[in-house]
Amino acid sequence: MSNGRFGDYGGQFVPETLMAAVTALEKGRNVICPTQEFRDELSFYLKEYAGRETPLTFCRNVSDDMGCKVYLKREDLLHSGAHKLNNTLGQGLLARHMGKKRLIAETGAGQHGVATAIAGAVLNLPVEVYMGETDCKRQQLNVFRMELMGAKVIPVKGGTATLKDAVNEAMREWAASSGDSAYILGSVVGPHPYPEMVRDFQTVIGTEARRQILEREERLPDEVIACVGGGSNAIGMFHPFLQDDVRLVGVEAGGRGNAPGEHGASLESGRPGILHGALSYLLQDDDGQVIDTHSVAAGLDYPAVGPEHSMLKDAGRVHYESVPDADILKAFRYLSRREGIVPALESAHAVAYLIREQDRFERDDIVIINLSGRGDKDISREVVHEQI
Amino acid sequence: MNRFETVFERPAFIAFTVAGDPDPATSRVVAQTLIQSGADILELGIPFSDPVGDGPVIQRADERALCAGATTDSAFALVRDVRRESDVPVVLLVYCNTVFARGPERFYREAKEAGVDGILIVDMPIEEADMVLAYATETGIAPIFTVTPTTPPERVKKIAAHAGGFLYLVSLSGVTGKRETLSEAALPLIQSVREETDMPLALGFGIATETHARQAVAAGADGVIVGSAIVEIVERHVGDAKGMERELSDYISRMKAAVVGSVPADEDQNSV
Ligand SMILES: Cc1ncc(COP(=O)(O)O)c(C=O)c1O
Repeated sequence: MSNGRFGDYGGQFVPETLMAAVTALEKGRNVICPTQEFRDELSFYLKEYAGRETPLTFCRNVSDDMGCKVYLKREDLLHSGAHKLNNTLGQGLLARHMGKKRLIAETGAGQHGVATAIAGAVLNLPVEVYMGETDCKRQQLNVFRMELMGAKVIPVKGGTATLKDAVNEAMREWAASSGDSAYILGSVVGPHPYPEMVRDFQTVIGTEARRQILEREERLPDEVIACVGGGSNAIGMFHPFLQDDVRLVGVEAGGRGNAPGEHGASLESGRPGILHGALSYLLQDDDGQVIDTHSVAAGLDYPAVGPEHSMLKDAGRVHYESVPDADILKAFRYLSRREGIVPALESAHAVAYLIREQDRFERDDIVIINLSGRGDKDISREVVHEQI
Repeated sequence: MNRFETVFERPAFIAFTVAGDPDPATSRVVAQTLIQSGADILELGIPFSDPVGDGPVIQRADERALCAGATTDSAFALVRDVRRESDVPVVLLVYCNTVFARGPERFYREAKEAGVDGILIVDMPIEEADMVLAYATETGIAPIFTVTPTTPPERVKKIAAHAGGFLYLVSLSGVTGKRETLSEAALPLIQSVREETDMPLALGFGIATETHARQAVAAGADGVIVGSAIVEIVERHVGDAKGMERELSDYISRMKAAVVGSVPADEDQNSV
């Protein structure tokens, strides 16, 4: 059995044309990331540039409504407006140490593309971002943001023209250019070492949150909730709590319903399969063809999920649930109105789950929601005025 | 029983098409035309929704085939059709999830029953191949693996130790697709892999012209693989079966002549 397994899941299912690239990345990461120099450099960028640590905000109004103590981990306040920058600064620095001359990335909602554009600008590396044509249209503001920061956005027409097709195209480009280009993958998916490496860069979220709640409440939370697309904000939040007696919940995109093609709930409705280099839960038909997904949140519109989540699901350590689009829009408006915090539609999945489950909690229960990003990108007439 | 053994006694021409492209009936005609025009080995791609190893031409072929209803079963049916008329070795080119979804045991058994001789799983490097190697051995289906210009010599040895049929030499770093000239890495690749193994070596990716084919054989390739150039002819003639047959058979005959003409038949002593 090869490296990079989470139980049976994970692996390195890539064409031979990519083996040299993943092997070099694995080696670079093992040698460079643990050094004090690299860690100091990354800490510097995370603190002085990106604005870490992010607050753990006690939400009085929501707590009153829900009947328990609700805290938000404020990744929405990280520079760029989402957790994605934790990862792109890490991978960008690693790329620079490995002597790479260019960063390539895929993006769905555009948040990871923006975070890569930021890392490229500050680290002086040119950036090319592959983005499905459909996503380019529905997240146009982020296309402009990437271009403003000097990144080149390449629309991808193939397949469904969404995130999975952008990943396909970025992997193809990487196969052709891995000598001088680093592929900055945006979530805990893909071939080894990405699921481990991206998790390690995102674990700063959970490490801070755990310390912050212990300082604040002098005890651990009862429940931690995060949305799951590829699963990077969730695994980053969950990891430091895995050994604790804390209920962990990952919330997937329930979309428009349970029918195939209408949602993005790979853990809830998929079965193990291989996409983008890893074995993990996957939305697929009987022949293993990948099924289209739908979510109101472009960042959750992905048919697979990180392999570590698959292991945690089978082990029963993390509960995976889904919430439909309609509830997401309610949660989006609710948090905006009650706390003056506009969540990303992705993060609104975690909020919506708490709203649904509020009756389970006692007054003194402590719940942490990972607010993975801010919702400026999602504000439109339709979303604000309840037309969808 | 191993159909590969005799094929590489002289330089072989290997022709690729996507099973079910552009529709089941035309795909049968394409396969027949490739064989009748001189293909020594037929490579059939089972279309996949997310072909990360393929360039735009084969991606579009996969999409056409899937839209026209191609399935794993219909690919096996195509192999059976070919088998009724020809003994030419058939190699399946598949993505891992196609095998995994059916279960490797069942996939190899059904492939064998249909008459498949070799299976190349695009996104399954040797490290991940444990899940299929036993079934390859059990069914006698050759496990075909790729070697690229970035595969180090030690790894070539390791791959060759598990591979069957022939080694698929990928001439360049990147994805399938026609190129103007043969990749600079291609000819040194043949020579360096030759030092590691006695297996037949077939060169593919980016090969489209007679000149490419002659250069490959002159450099010591035992076989030449053409994919995107064939798929492009199919694409250009969607809805015009007669025109497609004519252009395909003309192209394949010329390529075959270039491959075979490069080295007299009994001079190639390297073949196994
Ligand atoms: C704000 C936000 N949250 C969550 C996600 C989903 O990704 P992941 O599950 O990797 O955290 C995205 C993806 O674009 C995002 O932008």
